Amino acid sequence: MLALDAVTYRYAGARRAALREVSLELRDGEVLGIVGASEAGKTTLALVASGLAPRAIGGTLRGRLLLDGDDVAALPMHEVAAQVGIGFQNPATQLSGVTESVFEEVAFGPMNLGVPRDDVIARTWDALTALRVETLAERDPARLSGGQQQLVAIAGLLALRPRHLVLDEPTAQLDPAGTRLVAEALARLAADGASICVVEQKTDLLAGLANRIAVIDAGRIAFEGPAAEVLADPRIADLGITPPAPVRLARAAAAAALPAEPAARLADAIQGVIA
Amino acid sequence: MTGGSPWHRLNPLTKLVVATATAVGAVVLGGIAGPVLLVAAAVLLPAAIAGVLGQLVRLSLLLSLPIAISAVLINVFFFPGGQTVLLHLGPITATAEGLAFALEILVRILAISGAITLFYLTTRPAELVVDLERRGVSPRVAFVANASVQTVPAMVERAGQITAAQRARGLDTEGSLARRLRGIVPIVGPVILGAIGEVEERTMALEARGFTRPGRRTLLWWPADSGAQRLARWLIALAVPLLVLGRAAGWLEWLP
Repeated sequence: MLALDAVTYRYAGARRAALREVSLELRDGEVLGIVGASEAGKTTLALVASGLAPRAIGGTLRGRLLLDGDDVAALPMHEVAAQVGIGFQNPATQLSGVTESVFEEVAFGPMNLGVPRDDVIARTWDALTALRVETLAERDPARLSGGQQQLVAIAGLLALRPRHLVLDEPTAQLDPAGTRLVAEALARLAADGASICVVEQKTDLLAGLANRIAVIDAGRIAFEGPAAEVLADPRIADLGITPPAPVRLARAAAAAALPAEPAARLADAIQGVIA
Repeated sequence: MTGGSPWHRLNPLTKLVVATATAVGAVVLGGIAGPVLLVAAAVLLPAAIAGVLGQLVRLSLLLSLPIAISAVLINVFFFPGGQTVLLHLGPITATAEGLAFALEILVRILAISGAITLFYLTTRPAELVVDLERRGVSPRVAFVANASVQTVPAMVERAGQITAAQRARGLDTEGSLARRLRGIVPIVGPVILGAIGEVEERTMALEARGFTRPGRRTLLWWPADSGAQRLARWLIALAVPLLVLGRAAGWLEWLP
């Protein structure tokens, strides 16, 4: 289990803390969604949960990041990276920029960790296959579409075989086709038992993917709970978060005094289409 | 850069040693005949074998012409102590001694640019980097070297996109020199600032993929090498100091 225990984090030079007293758990095999308005602290939460803050970007952290109950503060970044993978919004910046093929790109992480050559090859094929992008193996990573690059970046994380995956708005810069590719891949990973923390503005995506959702506001966890309950909670709209389409539709139907049953069926149908 | 010729297939370090020895050798040998023979044997012949002779001539001329022209002009017209006058052009005079020295400089410049161009045309940067890493060069040094080369096409592509975007918003990048120069600033700024802005996220992504782990990385592949090539590299590497010694001792005076 990956856990944040009363974490307060302040960026170097900042006057205010970006995260305040945040306690959160990512249980094994669970998909946890993090939603919040812009500047609420979502990306900071992802950086802290992956161990990159404060190691790689400086700043001050109070509280603990725990992996299976052990504080990881003393571990070097490469050891944390072997257990917690992090993906960012921009697919292009996640690629190493030095590889000539997707295969080498995905293998980059395990190669860095000194994993034996045969294992690197096996892990790379496994990661490519898990995301169904093995046909891209020979392609130049720089010549892929945004969606394909994001999948390659996630495959690169999977090849590290981390027990936990933290993804910061993995579909933010993708078109609908790219978003669908990533969403399908994450759903497959989740079905295979991966534990994933997804920071995401697109609540429609989370509605079909997350088991649990935590809402962050001004650096604090405002509330959390089962995905369906949180996304249907009227408070999320007050915090600047757009509810998923079926929730909006149900509310609109209720406001127009339409019969509840057909509206619910239509909402289910819409969710099916989105998913 | 891709090709299946015997020269392409040589280990990149062998090609690097040949290119370096050719460049240094041309400078050390001096005169005209020595560097010309060196260029024929170590640049033109391999280029013909690799099937890149035409490309090599074009590229190395492009690379060296600006320097070569200015070096030739300066030496022909302003050679100190030139006695044999060839022609007068107003207040300046071209001398035979200046011309001879200019030719020596020209041959050296062409030898250096030819050696570099041949290496560039027949070696993939990734091959050299992997080979150096296999030989114990730090992965970080290898990464920086490789990233520097690979960044160029990415920056060119980004500059193209920004140029197109700026032109769509009315920026004039064609016409007179002044107009073109004015058009550069709105393009160079976003290219450089964009690249700098990505550095932090790229660094974090590398950290998250174990790049800072100390020790050697696993390599998936490396270029082939052979005992004959190792021997050749040592012999070529030894020939360079011998050449310097020979030049200093005056053993090479017989070369024209």
